[in-house]
Amino acid sequence: MRMNNTSRPLSPHLSIYRWPITMTLSILHRATGVALSVGLIAFVVWLQSIAFGAASYEVVAGWMDTIIGKLALLGWSIAFFFHFSNGVRHLFWDAGIGFEVRQANASAWLVLVATMLMTVVYWLLFQDSGSLV
Amino acid sequence: MADFRLPPNSRIKKGRHFPAAEGAANVRRFAVYRFDPDSGENPRMDTYDVDMDSCGPMVLDVLIKIKDEIDATLTFRRSCREGICGSCAMNIAGSNTLACTVTSAGVKGKIIKVYPLPHMPIVKDLVPDLTNFYAQYASIKPWLQTRTPPPPDRERLQSKSDQELVDEPAACILCACCSTACPSYWWNSDRFLGPAALLAAYRWLIDSRDEAKGERLDDLEDPFRLYRCHTIMNCTPACPKGLNPAKAIAETKRMLAERRH
Repeated sequence: MRMNNTSRPLSPHLSIYRWPITMTLSILHRATGVALSVGLIAFVVWLQSIAFGAASYEVVAGWMDTIIGKLALLGWSIAFFFHFSNGVRHLFWDAGIGFEVRQANASAWLVLVATMLMTVVYWLLFQDSGSLV
Repeated sequence: MADFRLPPNSRIKKGRHFPAAEGAANVRRFAVYRFDPDSGENPRMDTYDVDMDSCGPMVLDVLIKIKDEIDATLTFRRSCREGICGSCAMNIAGSNTLACTVTSAGVKGKIIKVYPLPHMPIVKDLVPDLTNFYAQYASIKPWLQTRTPPPPDRERLQSKSDQELVDEPAACILCACCSTACPSYWWNSDRFLGPAALLAAYRWLIDSRDEAKGERLDDLEDPFRLYRCHTIMNCTPACPKGLNPAKAIAETKRMLAERRH
């Protein structure tokens, strides 16, 4: 797919470019999107376990109660809140708003703070209502 | 698929070191990408210790001093030395910019690294092959297209406010800093037009005298040519003229969305 069909070398790119925060969030948006797609499979497995009755639900709930299960759920919640907040940022961009460099940098930090806050609040509520998993 | 690794012939080797002249008090080290097409060898990073007391303030001044006094084989493009021609576009300290508008003192860190524009075929040292970039610019038909005959007694006139819409995007100097800062352009420069060409396309889309807006939008409505832009936003901060290709692309996408309704 490279356009140089001669022996000309390709200049370095990813390894030398200084990442602006907007670029970091862009790749995180894609990564969390992929993670959420995978998470959807886990979600369907969980729903199916309910449909198949109490015994199968116990099994899947047991998986989610392990350290790995809990870490995965935490990861997916972070991914969800990030993808959600950054999605709202993209909506503003689609309307032509927020394209000055300062605005784009500020909204990037806003997305990160919002992700953290939503994740913390979500898990606090989760604990308050009694563990579901 | 994107290839994140450099091909074997492009991996950078360690180069030579050129110490500063004796008695130099204010020395700054520059690491510069070198590629000699005649040697058959891979690119390398040469380091030059430059006496800043006898050198102009801009990174371009340093490159010229190196070429004049230290290593005459160093090759780079330059012309106007005042940010108008766009010839000395390169990657300095990790960001694309014009060497003539960046001061050495403004770059933090011990070593100032100078690379050619990223993900481009390199002709020699800091000189990239811009053939594809210029072809993409030509492909958006950067000229006024009309269907109606011009008025017999005067030019095609435009109001002051209509002209002001064009002023900013028309200030592009085609230095390629924006396009070669864009990861989408890195991975898909064979099919994605890139921010510079898209900014130029936008300049004609909003020109009140142009009568080919429909055809121009038709040409852009393509999963790659326009829509490979994912608003990564590397282009706008890289522009040495302070233009905003990211916003121009978003406005173009909006025109296409609105046209469908």
